[in-house]
Amino acid sequence: MVETTARYAGPLAWLDHFGRLILRGLDDLGRFFYIMSESVLWTFRRPFDGVELMRQMVRVGWDSIPVVFLTCLFTGMVLALQTFRGFERFHAEGFVGSVVALSLTRELAPVLTGLMVAGRVGSAMAAELGTMRVTEQIDALYAMATDPIQYLVVPRVNASILMLPVLTVMGDAIGIIGGWMVSVGLFGANSYLYMERTFQFLEVNDITSGLVKAAFFGLVLSVTGCAKGFYTSGGAEGVGRSTTSAVVTACLYILLSDFFLTKILF
Amino acid sequence: MSTFSTSPARLAAEPMISVIDLHKSFGNKMVLDGIDLEVMRGESLVLVGGSGAGKSVFIKHLIGLLQPDEGQVVVDGIDLTVASPEAVLLLRKRFGMSFQEGALFDSMTVFDNIAFPIRRHTDKSPKEVAARVRECLRLVRLSGIEDKMPSELSGGMRRRVGFARAIALSPEILLFDEPTTGLDPVNTAAIARVINQLRDELDVTLVTITHDMNLAVRVGDRIAMIRDGHIIEVDTPERFAQSENPFVRAFLDGEIPEEAEDDS
Repeated sequence: MVETTARYAGPLAWLDHFGRLILRGLDDLGRFFYIMSESVLWTFRRPFDGVELMRQMVRVGWDSIPVVFLTCLFTGMVLALQTFRGFERFHAEGFVGSVVALSLTRELAPVLTGLMVAGRVGSAMAAELGTMRVTEQIDALYAMATDPIQYLVVPRVNASILMLPVLTVMGDAIGIIGGWMVSVGLFGANSYLYMERTFQFLEVNDITSGLVKAAFFGLVLSVTGCAKGFYTSGGAEGVGRSTTSAVVTACLYILLSDFFLTKILF
Repeated sequence: MSTFSTSPARLAAEPMISVIDLHKSFGNKMVLDGIDLEVMRGESLVLVGGSGAGKSVFIKHLIGLLQPDEGQVVVDGIDLTVASPEAVLLLRKRFGMSFQEGALFDSMTVFDNIAFPIRRHTDKSPKEVAARVRECLRLVRLSGIEDKMPSELSGGMRRRVGFARAIALSPEILLFDEPTTGLDPVNTAAIARVINQLRDELDVTLVTITHDMNLAVRVGDRIAMIRDGHIIEVDTPERFAQSENPFVRAFLDGEIPEEAEDDS
């Protein structure tokens, strides 16, 4: 297929290249929706594998705590640092707490958690399923009358949908504490006032909207990772390609869908 | 030692698997170009051919892992090409397949690998599962390695654990995909012994694909040869060895046929 590119020169070659990129993107999107719809269907069919679901919840949720903790802590801290410097110019330092809390719950905690987990877990899913594909373990599942989507994909997707909101709630709290540490510790803000401002403008909807986003990102990153792994070909090199592609694609999907989710839902 | 002797009474006259005019291509590369082959109930058929001849593609059609472009695969009266996905799934439980490198789940122990299909498809108690796993390991002459991980096993042992997993549900048809590739002669002989033992002790129909003639004559009731997507010879091991077909002769003598193609 690649040799056809050489047939064109100048702008046509560029068009050819561009067309291929679009086709590849559509191919990816088609696989994404196929894996997603299949995993929804298989979720409600017997046998239900609770043990595997729990195992994946530990891998996605519990094992991601350190990385989400650090990410949200420092994001909250830097957010307070930046906002304080900015708000200082028009004497609105008192609202730093509100800004930190709103930014974190509505936007930063779910998106950063999604991106970090996509890097940590989405890539692992692609590598694991990709290796299983190239070593015929996925064929072996079919041969043993077991649907690999049900056995491999369903627990990973459901675990991600369930655990991302939990990680995000934790991220919200850690980020707010980070902001408080900087404002009170570094800039000498009044601790009581800071916390009061933090919750003064925060509504339940701010938190739930972030959690809905997080669950959606969980779906996106796990389906992308699984789809990339599931359709791996070309041995060890293919597994490497799938893994990289899983992270890049999942991050892209998360950032794109974040805009539309925010626009539509909130 | 009896290698390919088998009592004629064991073979029934009706076919267990019928492959009719099977065509399959990938892109513009034709891999199977009209395969016709019957495997009788209780028979051990070995399909030989060079690398890239389409052996693996053929065996994957028998269990519905690949769908043909044209033609039929009929297993015990059920046409896999028109059967519903549920029927294909049900039919697969009657198959056991061993893969080239074993295809063991590397995140599980040997025990869990063999127990996987039993736990998945039967209501056996943990005690019964353990008994069945031990029985399967005994049949492939590998007792006492239940707790090992696949990565701790040699290539030959991994294949045999793959066999044990394939027979766990007492299948009616066993498929072996290149069971001796990359193994030394001692391990190859051990694999051949295990395959013959399985054939003798279990009531199964066997299809083995290999490029190893040594294995083919040891385990086959009949040997078929595939070349360029066609079956060019099917016969008993004795008569296969006497074949006049130039490609069969070249294969038996280990020579490269004149119009050999590049392997893909």
